[in-house]
Amino acid sequence: MPATEELAEVIEKGYAHPETLVTTEWVQEHLSDNFVRIVESNEDQLLYSSGHIPGAVQIDWTKDLNDPVKRDYLDRKKFENLMSRNGISNDTKVVLYGDKNNWWACYAFWVFKLFGHKNAAIMDGGRVKWEKENRQFTRSIPKYNPTKYNAPERKDKKLRAFREQVLEHIERHLPLVDVRSKEEYTGERLHMPNYPNEGALRGGHIPGAENITWSTAVNLEDGTFKTADELNKIYKDEHKLEHNQEIITYCRIGERSSHTWFVLTYLLGYNKVRNYDGSWTEWGNLVGVPIEK
Amino acid sequence: MLTADLFDYIQFKFRADGVNNYPKKLNEFLEKISSIKDESQRIEILVDYADKFSNPSREIAEPPYPSACKVPFCESGVFVWTIMQENNTPKFYFAIENPQGISAKALAVILDRTLSGQPPEQILNVDPDIVYKIFGQELSMGKNLGLSGMVLILQNELKSLMEKGLKN
Repeated sequence: MPATEELAEVIEKGYAHPETLVTTEWVQEHLSDNFVRIVESNEDQLLYSSGHIPGAVQIDWTKDLNDPVKRDYLDRKKFENLMSRNGISNDTKVVLYGDKNNWWACYAFWVFKLFGHKNAAIMDGGRVKWEKENRQFTRSIPKYNPTKYNAPERKDKKLRAFREQVLEHIERHLPLVDVRSKEEYTGERLHMPNYPNEGALRGGHIPGAENITWSTAVNLEDGTFKTADELNKIYKDEHKLEHNQEIITYCRIGERSSHTWFVLTYLLGYNKVRNYDGSWTEWGNLVGVPIEK
Repeated sequence: MLTADLFDYIQFKFRADGVNNYPKKLNEFLEKISSIKDESQRIEILVDYADKFSNPSREIAEPPYPSACKVPFCESGVFVWTIMQENNTPKFYFAIENPQGISAKALAVILDRTLSGQPPEQILNVDPDIVYKIFGQELSMGKNLGLSGMVLILQNELKSLMEKGLKN
């Protein structure tokens, strides 16, 4: 199928920003496109080395995107270096994909947006779909000429929420979306099913938060996103989230909630959504903040 | 390129620290893997171990594998069987359902090569946190639980077999 038809396939799903989602077929057609850089971002540190999409580079969520000392993201200079060494220019179309239903790809996408990178997209279905379609993987590590990338200072304000803003959000009775599992939301668990307790002293959720698990946005059989109509039924009709409302998403450390942030912002066109990356590992340990069970 | 086989062959001077009482082969492996400071080289070696993985023969087990042998908390669908050999040492077998379970495959090969045929009492001494020594401190919490679960279930099965043996 020609790549243009594939783009049409994304458009047919009715998304607000179809340019931010590409199909596996589109990626296949653009493997040699110099204006496109494929980026893999995973939880499993061995996956990329065991085989990746030809030409794809790896961006690691801990080593590349996080500050090595304090709990924060990389600064402008480090982001510029990261882009440069991966051969990414300011106008390169960056296509992100990865394991775990693209959690880490969406997380990287969100960090790219903190630095204002305009042309970025997610490969629908991620690594699993590429593999299920028996597409090629390689172990060859690509080398690209360093680029001159100019990033602005990181702009957190529009896309990132901090704890003081969450407290203010509660006082203003604005919507919060808790994308964790039901057991985490109710406080039955301090961590997601099958995961260990990672340091949260209290269980429950931020007062007023709606529980809309991240996975409700994807088709379980192939990991692709549901259509805009299906997503609107979940977020708008069932949970009454309005497009112009200020919304904050959160989970445990901010990776699952960046997935929902992507869905709300780019697939459905909500324009005031922020991701609270401190999430439950911060809120569940804070002294004196309100918690609901 | 440093492969898993070559890595196994390299002789490191074993430094008994007197603190743990792990099987010698495992201690040697941990010493070697800890000595690799270049992370990409460590990952390359681990991927090579993963490449050596194969599911057990049908004489040992065949799918669908019994849930009793499944490692809890592991997303890769890992199953473990322990068989006591004539010399009273165990032989471990692993099956992995998820083809993307690369870390689980690497660990299965490492555990087989360093624990099979070793004294059971020493195997029971192994701290499941060895997964951090093998995969690095930045192992995510999900991976940690699944991988350390492989060590735990292997030890539980071994303990159970040893108890049965004692009763007999």
